Amino acid sequence: MKLGFLVDLNLCMGCKGCEVACKVENEVPLSSWRLRVKYIDIGTFPDTKRSFTPLRCNHCESAPCERICPVSALHYLENGIVNVDSARCIGCAGCMMACPYGAIYMDPETNTADKCTYCAHRVESGMMPACVVICPVQANIFGDVEDDTSNISQYIMAHQGSVQVRKPEKHTEPKHFYVGGGRQTLDPLAQQRIEGYSLFNNITHLDHVGDPNHGVIDRFLAPFSSHGTHDNSSMMDWTEKGGKETHEEGGH
Amino acid sequence: MENAIHATQAIVTLDVALPGIIWGWMITLNMWAKSVGTGVILVGAFLLYRHKKEEMPNLRWMMPLISFIFLNIFLLFTLTDLHQPYRMINIFLHPHWTSAITVGAWMASLFTALITVMALIGFFDAHPDVRKNCTLAKTARANSGFYEKIFPFVVFLAIPVTLYTAIIMAESSARELWQAPAEVMQMMWAALLAGSAALILISGKWSQEARRDLALVLAIATFFSFMMYMGEYFFSFKSSEAEATLAYVHSGGEYNVEFWFGMALGFIAPFFLAVSNMKSDNKTLLRFAAILALIGLYMAKDVWLKIPQMLPLS
Repeated sequence: MKLGFLVDLNLCMGCKGCEVACKVENEVPLSSWRLRVKYIDIGTFPDTKRSFTPLRCNHCESAPCERICPVSALHYLENGIVNVDSARCIGCAGCMMACPYGAIYMDPETNTADKCTYCAHRVESGMMPACVVICPVQANIFGDVEDDTSNISQYIMAHQGSVQVRKPEKHTEPKHFYVGGGRQTLDPLAQQRIEGYSLFNNITHLDHVGDPNHGVIDRFLAPFSSHGTHDNSSMMDWTEKGGKETHEEGGH
Repeated sequence: MENAIHATQAIVTLDVALPGIIWGWMITLNMWAKSVGTGVILVGAFLLYRHKKEEMPNLRWMMPLISFIFLNIFLLFTLTDLHQPYRMINIFLHPHWTSAITVGAWMASLFTALITVMALIGFFDAHPDVRKNCTLAKTARANSGFYEKIFPFVVFLAIPVTLYTAIIMAESSARELWQAPAEVMQMMWAALLAGSAALILISGKWSQEARRDLALVLAIATFFSFMMYMGEYFFSFKSSEAEATLAYVHSGGEYNVEFWFGMALGFIAPFFLAVSNMKSDNKTLLRFAAILALIGLYMAKDVWLKIPQMLPLS
């Protein structure tokens, strides 16, 4: 069994339901995302169109994150899912440096690496991932890519020639496919990021990796402090700073 | 909108906040300190091969001592950069051998342990009046010969210890600029540069010939380091990602300034100072060259570490 994902970008309408469902299902903290939907405007006025690209972990068959993890916190499950054991993670961020898709984040509450696990806990119970269930247009198709009769295999066969993966040149063999994508939607270098230009916010880059309110000394003191009880309170502070989380170094 | 774009181009109009620099100055310092810690052993071994011990009276104890200090700086910042520093032990309890981080941590730990032994033996041998009744000092002095026995192995181990960070960078598949062959050579030259620079600072009472050899190693290391950086800076256009990464230095700004300061201070100026010093032995100028080289090396490493992290990956 090899579980995979396919997103039909022709169907996706950018409602962000999957993003919200993922947040709720996995209790993803503020400033972190396992799944996000990126809006991309293509063309020049009046000949423009807006494209929506859901982005999550690709669960690569040859995963660079799994290879670089020094303690096997990132590991394969038998069904092909690249899972994370946050109890073992040392927080070296090697996986964040290795993942060509930027799919891994440092959880600001646990200070360990985390990412989409295809809702492994739900899959284990015979349920579909939360983002699949919530999608109103069934743009997310999930299943066993090694089973010819599965929905995803049928979909791939029906759309032969237009099924793509991100960054195939990295030889990571992603198990996350797109139908209806193009270079402008799947290649980040084909997109312009104009700093401060965004529909609803101007926060383009995070200043912090992990918990912004726990510096180097706090990392050593954490086991002896009350921070052991995780909550979102420390993450709420950044809103009071006037949203100054823009990173002047960032952008492309 | 002011920015007129081509019809085939695209603009991101809504996205989440992306991570900024993930591996920052602590990793730069980590790499820099490791270059000094391993470099003094490699350059020290070269000097011991070329010259008599009497020509470099303090080398036997100062070499492992400098290495010990800088390896501990390296290990301290390796630990400090972890978000879960106490779990560092997992590298030893649950090692994952495909990871260069794991292999490197094991090798660096062994290397540091051996350097500690050498530093103790070297120090207590060189200072017979210090702690005469201390058990540790007595044991170190009683096993003086052990220093020479483990030294060849330590020199051999210094090579992979200094190079493994290049493999970590190569395993960082998301950062196209870091290619294994280039990074391996950069790390090797960095070790020779940092090692010769550090030893120059303690070579005041050494023979002129030994100091000339140090100047030679510094000149060669700065020359080839500079050539490597120039090759990468101007001709790393084999992939669109490397090209986009280098745009962060090519287009001006703070990284451009830091990079060229690093090149001028760390490689160009020390090269000419070291070459001139091979003809006329000027200790002050050579020390100046060594300090410049160490500062410039840090700056060059810092830029090369950070710019690939600024590229949006998705």
